[in-house]
Amino acid sequence: MNSIGTLSYEKPRFFTPAVWVITGLAAVGLLSLLARFIFGLGAVTNLDNQYPWGIWIAIDVACGVALAAGGFMTAFIAHIVHGKGYKSVIRPALLTATLGYTFVALGVLTDLGRYYNMWHILLPKYWSPNSALFEVGMCVASYVTVLYIEFLPIVVDRFKGKVNLPGMLKTFNGFFERLLKILDVSLKKVMTVFIIMGVVLSCMHQSSLGTLMVLASTKIHPLWQTPILPLLFLLSAFVVGFAMVIFESLIASKSFHLKPEITVLSRLARFIPILLGVYFAAQVIDMVGRNTYLYLFTGSIDSIMYWIEIIIGVAIPFIIFMFEKYRKNPTWLFTGAALVVLGVVLNRLNVYLIGYTPLYADKPYFPALTEIAVTVGFISLIILLYRFFALNFPVIEDMEN
Amino acid sequence: MGIERREFLKTLAVASGSLAGVSSLKASNKTELNPDRFGVLSDLTYCIGCRKCEWACNEANELPNQSLDSFSDTSVFENMRRPTSEKYTVVNSFANKGLDGGALNVKVQCMHCEHPPCVSACIVSALRKHPDGPVTYNASACIGCRYCIIACPFQIPTYEYEKALTPQVRKCTLCLERTIENGQLPACVEICPTEAIVFGRRKDLLELAHERIRKHPDKYIDHVYGEYEVGGTSWMYLSNQPFNEIGFPELDDKSPAELTESIQHGIFKGFSGPIMLFGLLGIIMKVMKKEEENE
Repeated sequence: MNSIGTLSYEKPRFFTPAVWVITGLAAVGLLSLLARFIFGLGAVTNLDNQYPWGIWIAIDVACGVALAAGGFMTAFIAHIVHGKGYKSVIRPALLTATLGYTFVALGVLTDLGRYYNMWHILLPKYWSPNSALFEVGMCVASYVTVLYIEFLPIVVDRFKGKVNLPGMLKTFNGFFERLLKILDVSLKKVMTVFIIMGVVLSCMHQSSLGTLMVLASTKIHPLWQTPILPLLFLLSAFVVGFAMVIFESLIASKSFHLKPEITVLSRLARFIPILLGVYFAAQVIDMVGRNTYLYLFTGSIDSIMYWIEIIIGVAIPFIIFMFEKYRKNPTWLFTGAALVVLGVVLNRLNVYLIGYTPLYADKPYFPALTEIAVTVGFISLIILLYRFFALNFPVIEDMEN
Repeated sequence: MGIERREFLKTLAVASGSLAGVSSLKASNKTELNPDRFGVLSDLTYCIGCRKCEWACNEANELPNQSLDSFSDTSVFENMRRPTSEKYTVVNSFANKGLDGGALNVKVQCMHCEHPPCVSACIVSALRKHPDGPVTYNASACIGCRYCIIACPFQIPTYEYEKALTPQVRKCTLCLERTIENGQLPACVEICPTEAIVFGRRKDLLELAHERIRKHPDKYIDHVYGEYEVGGTSWMYLSNQPFNEIGFPELDDKSPAELTESIQHGIFKGFSGPIMLFGLLGIIMKVMKKEEENE
């Protein structure tokens, strides 16, 4: 541990006290998950006929999809616009997106009453083009596939020229090397198509997650219920895509004892006030158009939640990211990004749960402990898998040198 | 050669269809409604709250049931009840501020919307609108997402949360098997002693409803609930008291599904939106790459 300069950088070990705690949370989550599949939804959730959707949809799916937007946003800025200097954030963002979407799919599977019928959405005889959920399902299924293809080069880079199977399997070394080479060459040829496809699919389902709740019409509070909800979902996904990249990069640097990548992160941060501004302007125009600003000052839980969402998630980060000196300061950068992330999480919770009022509610919904355990367990697994891939695959550039 | 080419194009269309998510081959699966479709008219002023309809419904749908006598118990009226996965219909009682005093009883069940949001919501077409009126459910197609329950503007569909393996969405079927397939009356209509609920062609029932209002303008309020609500429903109500005072939601004349379907098809009609975006991004990518190489 003679540490002068970065030359003597040593990768941290997988397990630290904090990682042990997270592993414990993941284990509790998996046990609750097991209980859900053995005993059914009723036994482990507080869902009922008034609240058919709880935190598994609001957090695992709605927030999960939004927070995984860093994948397509960096793909857009780095690969499509060919912006310079973003290379180091592409792979970490891709890893987050791949893990994020994998767990969105798992979250859906957990929530479905007849999960074993999930494949029905692929059968033309069951297709239902009127349903926004059908489109979300198809897009997410396709996008997960695209993400795995986009992730393949990382796997190829990891093993190319290094295949070394133990014992008897040694004879296959040559075969795998050739396979990796073919993959490497062919992936480079087709990747452009998948990158564009990933951006298109993302725009489609990020917005359709908003359309989903438009159908709930009168059950959603007017502060959130608007025909432009799909647009607002898309715009907020743009913002949180960049914010998540900043947020996770700074956490990763800290956790892996690396220097924070301030240059590239502050470059990304420049876009946030613009995107936040557009997002907020769309909300204001819509509010004036539909006179829903009247609900802002009623003092109801909904109006208070709306204010919190806007102040924490839009106003404060907007101010922070306006100033270059704050964008270049790791603490402010982290604070701003974390607030945007929190704001979008609040927004999705508001639209899917808090602003959702059943017609004949006799009691409010609050998630069961087992329900929370599954959600926390999934998030813990994402963190553990991120750490595993970051430590064992060429994801974070600074760790490879 | 020509066939091969056509086959190829077809495969390509199907492939791109499944990828982009929304099929242009089947732009809309909205049911063409039969002009002679069925409905039920419920005249609340005729209902005596005997709850025999609840018993008959349980019998007909093989739901847990008790003796017919036990349904004369009116203590259930103390709480407002909602349909459950084991009870497709319930009667609630409200104080009647109308002419004759007493109680105004409201039978609650699936309204069988003309343009049902639950059908529009369903991801695998497990819920469908039958051309003759009923909204039907096919459990073997269902994936259990419960989006139909989110979408229903009347909070009707219920779910068997307690079942671990084969939970179903449960709701009134308008006795499809009895009515459309066997020419009988729905169980609840058949047993009703006061003709408070009448089964028939929807257009005839509307005529009947408006005639009653015309004949007794002092008795009824001039509103047939379900004639226009969310684009119309198969089940309709007559009352002597405003509907919002007796548990009915105030709803738009348009089905919420109309808005979301126009959003969906506006963006995705023939994949034009996604294809244009794909092309645009491709062009940007090419131009920016050239610029980068020129530098």
